[in-house]
Formats: sequence, C-alpha cells, structure tokens
Amino acid sequence: MLEIKNVSKHYGDRRVLDDVSFSVGGGRLTGFVGGNGAGKTTTMRIILGVLGADSGDVLLSGSPLDRDGRRRFGYMPEERGLYPKMKVHEQLVYLARLRGMRSGVAADKADELIERLELTERRDDPIEKLSLGNQQRAQIAAALVHDPEVLVLDEPFSGLDPMAVETVLGVLSERAARGVPVLFSSHQLDVVERLCDDIVVIADGRIRAAGSRDALRESNAGSQWELQVADDAAWVRELPAVTVREFDGGYVLFDADEAAAQTVLQHAAKRGAVQRFAPRRPTLTEIFREVVK
Amino acid sequence: MTTTAHTALSTRQAIGLVAGREISSRVRSKSFLISTAILVIFVAAAIIISNLVSSSGATDTTVASVGEAGASLDGAPGIELTMVDTVDEAEQLVLDGDVTAAVVPIDDAAPGTPAVEVIALDDTPVSLVQALSIAPEVRLLQEAPVDSGLAFLISFAFGIVFFTAAITFGSTIAQSVVEEKQTRIVEILLTAVPARALLAGKVVGNSALALGQILLIAVTAALSLMLTGQDVLLSDLGPAAIWFVVFFAVGFVLLAAMFAASASLVSRMEDTGTVLQPVMWLVMLPYFLIIFFNDNDLVVGVMSYVPFSSPVGMPTRIFLEQTQWWEPLLSLVVLGASAVVIVAIGARIYENSLLRMGGRVKLSEALKS
Repeated sequence: MLEIKNVSKHYGDRRVLDDVSFSVGGGRLTGFVGGNGAGKTTTMRIILGVLGADSGDVLLSGSPLDRDGRRRFGYMPEERGLYPKMKVHEQLVYLARLRGMRSGVAADKADELIERLELTERRDDPIEKLSLGNQQRAQIAAALVHDPEVLVLDEPFSGLDPMAVETVLGVLSERAARGVPVLFSSHQLDVVERLCDDIVVIADGRIRAAGSRDALRESNAGSQWELQVADDAAWVRELPAVTVREFDGGYVLFDADEAAAQTVLQHAAKRGAVQRFAPRRPTLTEIFREVVK
Repeated sequence: MTTTAHTALSTRQAIGLVAGREISSRVRSKSFLISTAILVIFVAAAIIISNLVSSSGATDTTVASVGEAGASLDGAPGIELTMVDTVDEAEQLVLDGDVTAAVVPIDDAAPGTPAVEVIALDDTPVSLVQALSIAPEVRLLQEAPVDSGLAFLISFAFGIVFFTAAITFGSTIAQSVVEEKQTRIVEILLTAVPARALLAGKVVGNSALALGQILLIAVTAALSLMLTGQDVLLSDLGPAAIWFVVFFAVGFVLLAAMFAASASLVSRMEDTGTVLQPVMWLVMLPYFLIIFFNDNDLVVGVMSYVPFSSPVGMPTRIFLEQTQWWEPLLSLVVLGASAVVIVAIGARIYENSLLRMGGRVKLSEALKS
C-alpha cells in the first residue's frame, strides 16, 4: 500500500498542498480527480520524489521511500516526453535498464508491451514519427516496461481514442490484479467513475473526499429515489411527504425519507408491475460538484 | 513481485548506460558521420596539397649558355642548361620565353667578377645569380630556431582543432541537456537515476566522442605527414601533439560540465544560444589569443597555465621547445584541479535547474541548495 501522509507544499507564499493524506491500496485502481491547479500533479511529483515536500511523508508498505524504492515505480508525467529520435523498442529497453533491469529481460518486456499496446508495426520507428495517440501508448509502455511495483500516472487517458482507452485500461487492470497499487489522475470524471475502485478528490490543495467509489456514492446519496413502473406514475405526486423532481411516463425521481419511500413502493406494487425501485446514487460529477464547493 | 529481473543499479552502471546512449545516438546521426569525414578529409588534404604546392615551386631554372660561359653551371642543382651558339640566339630564346635566362661571355668584365653576363627578361634570376656567385663557408654557432611561419601554423592548428571540437561537442552536450528538459523525459529519468549520474554520463559520453575525433585527426595528420615524406616535422610535432591530446581530454571535461550546467538553466532549444554565450567566449578566447599573440612569449606563456587556454598554449610551447620538463605536468595539475572544482559547481547548477521548467533559471537560484 502506498500512503501519503500529511504532505504540504508551498511555492513562495502560495500554498499548493495542505496536509494531504490518502492511501492507494494494492491491487486497486485509484482515481485522483480535481480541477486544474488543484494539486494533482504536485502530489504525484512529490510521490515520485522529483519534487520535495515541505512536510509530510510518502510511505510504501509502511516504510519511507528512498531512491531505490522509487526506482520500482512506474511514472507517467503530466508533460509527455520521450527521446524524439530514439526508436520505440530501443527507448523502452533503455528506460528499463536505467531502472536496473537486465538487458535481455528488458528487451522481452518491451516487446511484450509493444504487442499488448498494439504498437508492433511501430516497434522500430522513432517516437517523433508516431501519431499522438501512439506516442501516448509508447509513454504508457515507458511507465510499465520495468514491471513497476507501484504505478503513478498523470492523465494516462487524455488524447486516447475510446478503443485505446479500453486497451490501456486492460493493461492497467492486469497490473492492479497482480497487486500493484495504481494511482491515476484524470479530469474525465466519467472515465474515473467507470474504471476506478477508489476515488480521491482534491481541490485547492486539500483532499475533499477519499474512499471506495461505491462508499462515496452511498454516503453522498442523500434522499433521492427512482421508480420505474409499467403504467403512468403520475399518482406519486399525490402521496404525502414526497416531492417529485422528475417525471416521465412510468419513470419518476423523487425526494423522500426512507419511510415515505417505502409507502411509495407499496402503492406501486398494488397498482401493478414495478420494474425498478432504488435509491438514486449520485454520479461522480455530482459528488465532485458537491464536495469541491 | 518480479524482483528477480531487477538488480540494484550502481552509479557507475548508470553513468555507463547514459554515456552509451549519448555515444550511440550521436554516432548514428548522419550529420555527425558526414562532418567527421569532412574534417578528416580536410586535414589530410591540407597537409598533402600544401606539400605538393611547396615542392612544385622548386622547378628547374632553364638557362641558355653561349660557349663556355655557363660551363660552371653544368650539373648544378635546379638549373637546366641549353647550349646555343650566339648571344643573339640566346637573347631570342629569353624573349620567346623558352628559357628563363641566358649566360653569355663578356670581354670588359670588372676585375674580380666573372667574365659573363646574365640576360633575363624583366626579373633578376636569383637562383642563377647565386649559382654563379662564389659563396663563402658559413658556420652556425646555434641551432636555427623553428621557422616562425611553421610555428604559427602549428599553434593555429592546435587552436582551431581545440576550438572546433570544443564547440561541436559542447553544443552537443548542451542540446542533449535541453532536449531532455524540453521533452520532460528528465522527470522519468530522475526517478531512475540521480541527476549527478545523468550529468556524469553525458560528460563521459561526449568527452569520449570528442577525444575519439581528436585522435582520428591526429592519426590522419601523422599518416599524411608520413605519406608526403615530412617525417622530420612529424617527429618534431609528436610530443606536442601527444600533450595536446592529454590536455584536451582534461580540458574538455571542464568545458563539458560548463556547457551542461549552462544549458540546464533553460527549458527550450531556442533559449540555449544566450545562456551558452559566456562558455562560447571562454572557448574562443584561446583561439583568438593564439592567432594574435602567437609570437609573444609572455602571452603564450601565461596561456599555457590558464585552464581554459592551456590545451592550446602548452602544446605550442612544447613544440617551440620553450618548456622545462615539469611545466606541462604543473599546468596539467592546474587544469585537473580546476576541472574538479568546475565540475562540482556545474553538477550543483545542473541538479538544481533540471526540474525548473519555463523561463530561464537565475544562476544565483541554481547555486542555492
């Protein structure tokens, strides 16, 4: 498990991170969301040690990280960059060897990833000749080639087409399944919502919410309910202690406490077939809007 | 976890990997190969052609001789004799340009001078006049000093080789530093290896390339001199050339650190020109000094001890045989010590500037810890 504990950072008088704490569990995809300038990139750079924190610690499996520990990290920086004139395979091998991998193993790993990320035809092309999407794949390969024990990826999905998102997601899920903690930032909230097990929300340098996606949605669920019946559901309006928010034929969204909601369900069951009845969970976008207020 | 595939990377291995990449990416670039080939051809051509030109200047002087007038010239070196019968005939040959000069007998010669007259078109044929003169014996009390023209050429050669190699490979290292900053790959690299190992790898790699090119030039020059039969010059030049290579090796490390540190202050290729200017001046200085002051013993003497110019100054003095045996060693120690200090300062600047993107990093900030 990767732990970030009470990390603060100032640039001059400007406080960019304020007592940031959260953890990234082994085997879980953790989404790191926040607006521009919220502190995502700064946090990631501190985790990787390319930037020093004013205070606080980064721990892996309970012990503070040093350079050797961080060498086992896979990192994809916010600003993309590989050597423009170096060939894809050669570049991956070089980066893997810099992290202490033996050259034979590095060559095999590089080939494996190139195939997995569908770059086989581009294996011996210089990076600068690749399309932006393929450069992005190569960048992801560069973060993964040395079989990292922790993955920290800044916006790994930006610039990828939907097919590529699936491919990359597949690769990341595999790594997570092997027990690797995976932290990635994104401002595509729908992607994070769909992909992540855990979510960390940051705004103005402070952690506003952190936890598993489901728990987060649950705890922010409020008191909205959804009902879908076969017939017209206009009758819901007539019931006491119920406020209808949306109404469309057999579908109704309403505010009610638990007891009033159960009354609605009983009425519905008497009237005919109930196709769906559930508390409405907010989308990540809604939660995000709520917690960063 | 698949830890078996990893080994802890020692600093030396990291430096080796970085240096290896610097060298291989450079050696594979067409521009590098072409420029090296041009340099080698240029050096060989300069030596061979200058040799051909200087020896072709020494063609025989054709001389027409009337009767016994030119008899003493028969078999003299550099003179080709044609026998004619009359003075008029000889004059005609000179007018037609068939011979350079003619030697004819005269009756009213001043006492003590030969009873001949030399006829030429519009220019006194010096070599012929010398051949006809009676030269006294000459005894030199001291060995002749090295020809000043040759001394200039040699010092100029050291100057220009140092200058071009330092600029070429210094710019290469600067570009390589900025490329890593501009593409931001430096962020990935720094999670793998320490900044100092990265810098050391660059300095080692580019110094090896620079030294390799210098050696190639030295070998080309030596072969060309041997080919044109100038072995004497080669044996005079040998020790100076070897010292030049040694001084260059140490001096370039110093310059490379300065190039890298300066370049690390900026994040874009376009900005490198301005930050490199001070280093460029330091590289150009010895080149200009040696051109303008190559016959000033004091200036060259000082140059031979100042770290930035000693790779040019000291070999020049060695060639001129002005040095005591300990002088190059002392100067080398001075150069080596300066290199250690400059590399340490350069590494600090490099380390502190590498992750500062955007505008130019102030030198004072880069030196702070």
